[in-house]
Amino acid sequence: MNKFAAQIESELLSNKKVGAYHHLVLSVGDIAAHARPGNFVAIAVGGEGSSMVLRRAFAIYRASDRENGLGYIELVVAPHGKGSTWLTAQQPGALIDLVGPLGTAFGIPTQPVRALLVGGGYGSAPLFGLSEVLKSRGNRIDMVLGASTAMKIYAPLEGKRSVNSLTITTDDGSAGIAGKVSDVLREIIDENQIDIVYSCGPMGMLQVITEITQEKEVMHQCAIEESMACGIGICMTCVLPIKDDSGLIRMVRSCIEGPVVDGERVVWDSNRKIPEGTWGA
Amino acid sequence: MNFDFSTQLGSANFANPIFTASGCASSGKELSQFFDLRELGALVTKSIMIKARSGRATPRMAETASGMLNSIGLQGPGIDLFLENDIPWLQEQGVPTVVSIAGESVEDYAVLARKLRNVSGIKALEVNISCPNVENRGMVFACNPVTARAAIEAVRRNIGGELPIIAKLSPDVTDIVEIAREVVAAGADALALINTVLGMVIDTKTMRPKLAGKTGGLSGPAIRPIAVRAIYQVHAAMPNVKILGMGGVSNGHDALELVLAGASAISIGTANFGNPRATILVKEGLERLLISRGFNSLQEAVGYAHRLDLP
Repeated sequence: MNKFAAQIESELLSNKKVGAYHHLVLSVGDIAAHARPGNFVAIAVGGEGSSMVLRRAFAIYRASDRENGLGYIELVVAPHGKGSTWLTAQQPGALIDLVGPLGTAFGIPTQPVRALLVGGGYGSAPLFGLSEVLKSRGNRIDMVLGASTAMKIYAPLEGKRSVNSLTITTDDGSAGIAGKVSDVLREIIDENQIDIVYSCGPMGMLQVITEITQEKEVMHQCAIEESMACGIGICMTCVLPIKDDSGLIRMVRSCIEGPVVDGERVVWDSNRKIPEGTWGA
Repeated sequence: MNFDFSTQLGSANFANPIFTASGCASSGKELSQFFDLRELGALVTKSIMIKARSGRATPRMAETASGMLNSIGLQGPGIDLFLENDIPWLQEQGVPTVVSIAGESVEDYAVLARKLRNVSGIKALEVNISCPNVENRGMVFACNPVTARAAIEAVRRNIGGELPIIAKLSPDVTDIVEIAREVVAAGADALALINTVLGMVIDTKTMRPKLAGKTGGLSGPAIRPIAVRAIYQVHAAMPNVKILGMGGVSNGHDALELVLAGASAISIGTANFGNPRATILVKEGLERLLISRGFNSLQEAVGYAHRLDLP
């Protein structure tokens, strides 16, 4: 449980279209001070009397703490469903029912490290806030962003400044290297002597990254994207099989024990099945 | 203004009629970040079984128009860990607690009742009988008067003492009044109406059922008219049996509708997912509405829609 979670009425300060995405700025008061890279917010969509009864979860792109309750957060939202389409259609001044910050955050090493940040699609969103924190502590940061096509790469200018190198891959070759992020990871890990990989994106991508980080024996922290109904740990729909210290697999809630988890502990490829040996199976 | 918002289910008294619904508030801790749980009439825990359960595979959830489908499969730690961890925490916090139990056989219900009968700090037991009966081809207990009765009898025989039994019924039956009569005859003190409605969603892209468990329980505002109907029918047949109403309540008006149909208390389920403070909003809204309609107590309003002298 994120002990700083609160429910607030947040004012939408700005809404700008960037490529295939919308960049939203929301006034959140103290929530900004408590938000850490990897945390997310859960937003009620559709307005009063909406037929959409569930909140939508969005990773926090950046959080800016300001005094006098003027803190704000930024989100990167892809309008692909009814709920996210509603949110991206809201105008500045709109009041948004928001719960946050939620979930776990990326762990920041106390010793200097060489970090590789890997994002898929708008999964790159939480990585820029992370790169700023890592950079401020004097770490070297390489970044790989991948998407199906150039329009779906989210890499704003200010984000690019906080990394030492940025590699882009697209499935259709419309930007950067034609291929998947996984095609370039081994080389970057070797060349830059990477100590830790941070990632965020679709499950299939996170699984492949885990295979590579295990092979290369580097740490891997990933922010997973499971569909959630509540975001606060009460609905039990966003569960994921995770191994604990003793090797026991449990179905844990990705909203409160995640979204950031140790990639090696996830039992991947478990969609539509409970892994053998899971506690209580 | 001396409005009386208190209510009773069997021998248990509650300061107000707004409860959480089983499976929609975990065991309380998660919601306690958003409001003081002592403001609830009662917290109804997730349904607890004898052993730990992993629950079903994902996807477990599909949003539908004004509702959602879920197929959790009663994930939980099992009764022993629940009694070790969850109940002491709720007691420490002073939260009025109703424990929900679920079994796969009649004997399971008996064992669970024995484990709970000497536990202090529980106000009542909600018996979830909408579970597959492994001894009867996986038929749901609540869908058959004989098995529904057997499960409640097993709890009654083993619970001893004064702990009220609330039998939670499924709306997926031809005649809910018949099932209600059976479980009351078997010793249920009150009824919880209604559990989720069995449904299915097929993804038109993948062209297969969206949920890993194929079918799931439909909840949310979409099922409220079914809840109102079931409560109305059962209250008409057995006006003296107290009803804990639930099904798509998300504001004071919704709650009032169930009260007028015959509910003496209201559980809030899916609305908690959309709004962690939903129970408090419903509570405030219901109280305000009852006062504005001229009622001096909640009790005066229970079943009011049945009155023959209404203009």
